[in-house]
Amino acid sequence: MIRLAIVPWLLALTATSALAQPPLRWGGDSEGGAPFVEADPTDPARMLGFDVEIAEHIASELGRPAEFVQIAYSSLDQSARRGDFDIGLSGIEDSPGRRASVAASVPYYEFREVITVREGDRDRFTSLADLRGRRVATLGGTMAYDILLQAERDHGVTAVSYDDDVHPYSDLLLGRVDAVLLDHVLAERAMRRNAGLVTHADAVAVGHYIIIASPEQAALRDQVDEILRAAMRDGTLERIFRKWDCWNDDQSALYGRVLASNGTGPSSAPASAPLGSVARAWEALPRYLPSLLKAAALTLVLSCAAMLLAVVLGVAIATGRVYGDPVTRAALTVYVEVMRGTPVLLQLFVIYYGLAGVVRLPAFIAALLGLGLNYAAYESEIYRSALEAVPRGQLEAARILGLTRVQTLRLVRAPQAFRLALAPMTNDFVALLKDSSLVSVLTVVELTKQTQIFATNIGSWLLPGILCAVLYLAMSLPLSHLARKLEDRWKVATS
Amino acid sequence: MSATLRVRGLRLWRGDRPILAGIDLDAAPGEVVALMGLSGSGKTTILRVLAGLERADAWEITVPKAGMVFQFHYLFEHLTAMENVCLAPVHVQHLTRAQAETRAQALLDDLGVGHRAGALPRELSGGEAQRVAIARALAVDPPLLLLDEPTASLDPARRNDLGDALKALAASGRTLLLTSHDDDFVRDFATRVVILADGRVVEEGDARRVLEDAHHEETRRLLQVERQRKVNR
Repeated sequence: MIRLAIVPWLLALTATSALAQPPLRWGGDSEGGAPFVEADPTDPARMLGFDVEIAEHIASELGRPAEFVQIAYSSLDQSARRGDFDIGLSGIEDSPGRRASVAASVPYYEFREVITVREGDRDRFTSLADLRGRRVATLGGTMAYDILLQAERDHGVTAVSYDDDVHPYSDLLLGRVDAVLLDHVLAERAMRRNAGLVTHADAVAVGHYIIIASPEQAALRDQVDEILRAAMRDGTLERIFRKWDCWNDDQSALYGRVLASNGTGPSSAPASAPLGSVARAWEALPRYLPSLLKAAALTLVLSCAAMLLAVVLGVAIATGRVYGDPVTRAALTVYVEVMRGTPVLLQLFVIYYGLAGVVRLPAFIAALLGLGLNYAAYESEIYRSALEAVPRGQLEAARILGLTRVQTLRLVRAPQAFRLALAPMTNDFVALLKDSSLVSVLTVVELTKQTQIFATNIGSWLLPGILCAVLYLAMSLPLSHLARKLEDRWKVATS
Repeated sequence: MSATLRVRGLRLWRGDRPILAGIDLDAAPGEVVALMGLSGSGKTTILRVLAGLERADAWEITVPKAGMVFQFHYLFEHLTAMENVCLAPVHVQHLTRAQAETRAQALLDDLGVGHRAGALPRELSGGEAQRVAIARALAVDPPLLLLDEPTASLDPARRNDLGDALKALAASGRTLLLTSHDDDFVRDFATRVVILADGRVVEEGDARRVLEDAHHEETRRLLQVERQRKVNR
């Protein structure tokens, strides 16, 4: 009886699994936004954008359901190699480095790198050469960023790297940068969003969007190429791009070239083996080392300055919490709890972007303030407990001797508290050194960010990662050593 | 300022519990007055009130400037013996460091710990730390010196040294008020003893007379407890 009941179930199960193809997992970054990939404002679980429609078209041609996988833009290549998704598309730029490390499709869209400036600067800044000594923003790890790095050498501009394509334009309006170099698709969207900006139509360079896949997925890539070519021929791509208002004559010309090249174009160049990436890393090292060292120096300066701020503020907060009146104590307690209870990343965003309407802080200052104000809360707790660890009897002895409260703090309590606080302070400084990597969200290129740029460009994390770790340790170990020596010296004096 | 201590009607409550229930106390220069009583009788609280560390609820008082030596000495742990003694003279009395050090060295020498001037508190023995704490209290030259259980951490030989030192201090015109559990020490070195029970003075008088011929039942009970404690040790 039981066996009879199971049979139809099994039949049903085998039938569905034979029919149902595994989903086509496609990776993209919804933070990139429309018209590429954007979460539907009315239903954030649904994705909208031309890349979404192209992915769905490919999936339906393959007879598989499409499944979106969220991947940070700068990690798309790494994720493709790890096999986190079958195909990736999210305004991914064609480049020789990328073709060497992942399987890349034929280009499906041609974009122009264009310069956007404030309306008042329309005539003053028309080319990169006009922007000597000016700050020019773009998205990190892109072709536009490479162009700006070249322009730093050729035209003396300062390249400013952002993690997203929205804040370069908002900072342009705020005057934090003087121009933005990005894809015309992004520039046009920014112009719609922000009044007061103007984009020069002349292309600084031309690039293409492609679809990527894991190097082992060359067969899938070939299928994708066929589907893309067919979509170029039958007007499917044109219809999608027209819908998103991104169609122009450049695309017709591009499709003509792609279809004429027929079969093995440059896109079909075989992806190199992963081992090749280590060799590439060695080869690229001399080019990246100076910027890594510079970024390490910036990390160290930023961390030391932020720690100094945290210590000074922390001492003030701790003193206020131990000696202050109830109102002061309550206010300081609120400060400490808020700063400790919310992510430092959020605080950095608020200070740099959130307060931009009130006070327009330079990125480095905002980073310094964000880290310093956050760590001040932690430092103050260390100092407070250290102050309270000094025996009450000593404070009474000082009082009977006639010392004032301030003298007692300065001569008796604080010196002993400082000795107790030294070990946890050292811990915090090492933590701060590492947390300083968060400030890259404010366009500060510190050690981790520079490593990421290095890794993204050469397509491997191995060598950059080791190098980065060595640099961090080179900064933190001597400090821990110094603190241990001081502690040993003072151990005699406390306990 | 006179070195004479005069206390009348000292009362102190903690919540609704009376700790001191009307204490009268006198001590003149040259005297070593010992406060004795079981734990909780209020001895230490009296010293703390006289030192200004606690506020009494009612009293009439003439108290000279007091120095105090705590039971657990509470030396400043990050400073050497010399620096402990010099701290108040330099920062309160504004002596030059050289002046303060000369005086501090003399005090430490008098108390037999001059050779330990450069040591940190944790490097001192219990007896040495006690003497440094006395030197620290004397450095600002207070007419009244308060000592809380000065013999608690001392062996018998050290105890006699301390007694001699205290006698010498009294002889130089200071008033000494101390608390103690040690009736032998009080008999040998105090000029007068005050017996406390439940925040009241139950008996007082010449130390030798009171301790050898106690009139009050509380005094006899106290001595019995203290002698038992010694036997057990």
